[in-house]
Amino acid sequence: MTAGELAQPSTAGGGDAGSGVVGIVHLYPTLMGTYGDGGNVLVLARRARARGLDVRLAVVGPGEPAPEDGDLYVLGGGEDASQVAAARELRASGVLARAVERGAAVFAVCAGLQVLGRDFEVSGGAVEPGLGLLDATTRRREPRAVGEVLAEPVNGLPLLTGYENHGGGTELGPAARALARVVAGVGNGGGASGDGLEGAIQGRVVATYLHGPVLARNPEFADWLLELALLAATERTGADGAGCGRLAPLDTPFVAELRAEREAYARSGKLSAESARTRR
Amino acid sequence: MPVRAGVTIPTLLSPERRSVEFRARAAALGPVRESGGAEAPHHGPWSGVFRFCEVIGAVDSPRSAARGRTSSALAAGARPWQARGVPDQTLPLRSRTAIAAGRAVAAASRALGRGRGQVIGGRVMLRVDPQLLARLAAGMEVTAVSATNGKSTTTRMIAEALATRAPVAHNRTGANMAPGVATALAESRAAPFAAIEVDEAHLPAVAAATHASQLVLMNLTRDQLDRGSEVKMLADRWRRMAETLTPATEVVANADDPMVVWAAAAAPRVTWVGCGQWWTLDSALCPRCGAPLARPASGWACPACGFARPETLWFISHDADRIVTPAGPVTPRLVLPGRFNVGNAAIALAAVNARGISLDAALEAFSQVSDVDGRYVRASAHGREARLLLGKNPASWTEMMGVVSDSAALLVTVLNARGADGRDPSWIWDVGFEEWAGRPVWVAGERRFDLAVRLDTAGLDVVGVSADPLAALELAAPDQALDVVANYTAFQELRARLVSK
Ligand SMILES: [Zn+2]
Repeated sequence: MTAGELAQPSTAGGGDAGSGVVGIVHLYPTLMGTYGDGGNVLVLARRARARGLDVRLAVVGPGEPAPEDGDLYVLGGGEDASQVAAARELRASGVLARAVERGAAVFAVCAGLQVLGRDFEVSGGAVEPGLGLLDATTRRREPRAVGEVLAEPVNGLPLLTGYENHGGGTELGPAARALARVVAGVGNGGGASGDGLEGAIQGRVVATYLHGPVLARNPEFADWLLELALLAATERTGADGAGCGRLAPLDTPFVAELRAEREAYARSGKLSAESARTRR
Repeated sequence: MPVRAGVTIPTLLSPERRSVEFRARAAALGPVRESGGAEAPHHGPWSGVFRFCEVIGAVDSPRSAARGRTSSALAAGARPWQARGVPDQTLPLRSRTAIAAGRAVAAASRALGRGRGQVIGGRVMLRVDPQLLARLAAGMEVTAVSATNGKSTTTRMIAEALATRAPVAHNRTGANMAPGVATALAESRAAPFAAIEVDEAHLPAVAAATHASQLVLMNLTRDQLDRGSEVKMLADRWRRMAETLTPATEVVANADDPMVVWAAAAAPRVTWVGCGQWWTLDSALCPRCGAPLARPASGWACPACGFARPETLWFISHDADRIVTPAGPVTPRLVLPGRFNVGNAAIALAAVNARGISLDAALEAFSQVSDVDGRYVRASAHGREARLLLGKNPASWTEMMGVVSDSAALLVTVLNARGADGRDPSWIWDVGFEEWAGRPVWVAGERRFDLAVRLDTAGLDVVGVSADPLAALELAAPDQALDVVANYTAFQELRARLVSK
């Protein structure tokens, strides 16, 4: 599977994702959930159930084995020590590598993105090996990237809105591609002055720097991940494809207002930052 | 797949329309909740039933039942307070000038309606005399209280109890960095006691400057993460402070919070108090070695390095209805609600007991506290009564949801994300609101849409959304009582509008 193959929302099936069972594995929420990223799992589960899908959720704590038959593995952000602990446990167990090998989807945020990469640097300068599921390397980056982000997804999804808070700059290698192009904010922050890229996609491994939680602010993004998970579930169970396709649209109260407000705020911040640069 | 009926709640109703709707439908329109019955059976690692409160373990984790009663030579603590003559030390001219200048600026600030003036006045004082804190504190027994949550309430309890014996300098308006402390000490120069709450990050500096002889350390949890104030960083900072202490300073510390224990254990003299930890998400890892902590019945322990909860002579009972002391159990008679306030009372009790205040006198003083700088106050507007509750981070918001749980009042939640709140309000997703699914809630504040999305996702019934929380009071049914949970700046603003008049 090439990096871009799943970048477009699938159009097969025509509006009914069928009666699938989707297994979501929430990895180490106690370690990797510092910025409300646990909300991503809540949103996924709720949106799946609103479509009549059965959701099996496994919440995996440190030291516990993760299920081998998940369809979507979710990893949030966290502080340095937690991040290193999570990376070491995942490398030792190999569960994510096996899951990706058999076609499961993975969604990671911030420190989770860094953990999925080849390696990452923590404060103090130590470089920790990652899982190598994303062709990405992360080094410390000054100053810390903190603030609202807007980014235009490469796969036609609506504008992504989120909040970033990270001290890492991530550079993507040729096997991975960016999830989005930054409109406001920093994003991956690769390269000396930032490369304008946000997040990463490699096969069914999807990662972003955005908190918010990002799936609460971007429901279409959540649905796209669910569609990936459904695809994985269909392959896993050997069903005949009834579980594939687009999910029906779902009205989510208050999200339109939230998105509009955050977008306006991020754009105004971008303008004031630009005018500040101009004045200098 | 059709969208299930009830999923869509109209989102752009005017406040009036929503209010009408609220009055009319009560709980008729049920929350969006997954119907039961179709859950996967519980097997293997799959939990089957989705319950966020299980995920974060924050809402209702049972307290460990039995507490050890091993004696610690340092824990008994009953060091009688030596009544001392109030020293009328004449301050140097520089200090007197500083205080006068600070007072003038504070008065001007008040006159201009720019707040209560303690901070700006204190800033001026410290600029004129950088040594002022030490000079003011020289004649005082200073108790410095710090925590992410509960420091104002606990400091207030300590101040009330000490005040049964002698005057107390107390920064009761919560100005808890060096300037606010300077103002409080300057206002009560003759007091032999000082009870000051101190911001977590500023504790080492303020404790050193005031030569605090007692440090009360309660909890460290996530708060204002956009400032990069990681919990472990603060714990390490506290630990470095504790390493510099001499036995002249007594540390009274919460044995139930591993981060606090990590810091306090470096001090030469510690009284441990088991005052509870219900928010465990920020102490998942051993602060000493980084391994995941175990939570045995005894509290917490690191399976890897043996770092574990110290045994205590002071602790709250399993149901948080009694405080066990070295002299036996006592019953707190608090007006303040919530088990966390029993925890606050427990550590305050140990602290003032070490200052020579009897248990009875202290408990009596605690029972007089009905509100703390606007928290828990019942205010009224538009003919309706609202109880004001401060929920400034996920741990305290979770506690406040517990307080309002059994209340018939309409819940009003208010969220801002200004600098003092932390610019990133995503922590609302760390609160297990799912437990209150179905409850009607009004949502207000500058970040009301973030909160509305969160509460709707949790299955609460969002009956109204308005920028101004007072719209809820205005539009609720005439005899409707309200419980308002607001985060920091939202709370400050409400208090200013409803209480300080
Ligand atoms: Zn350890």
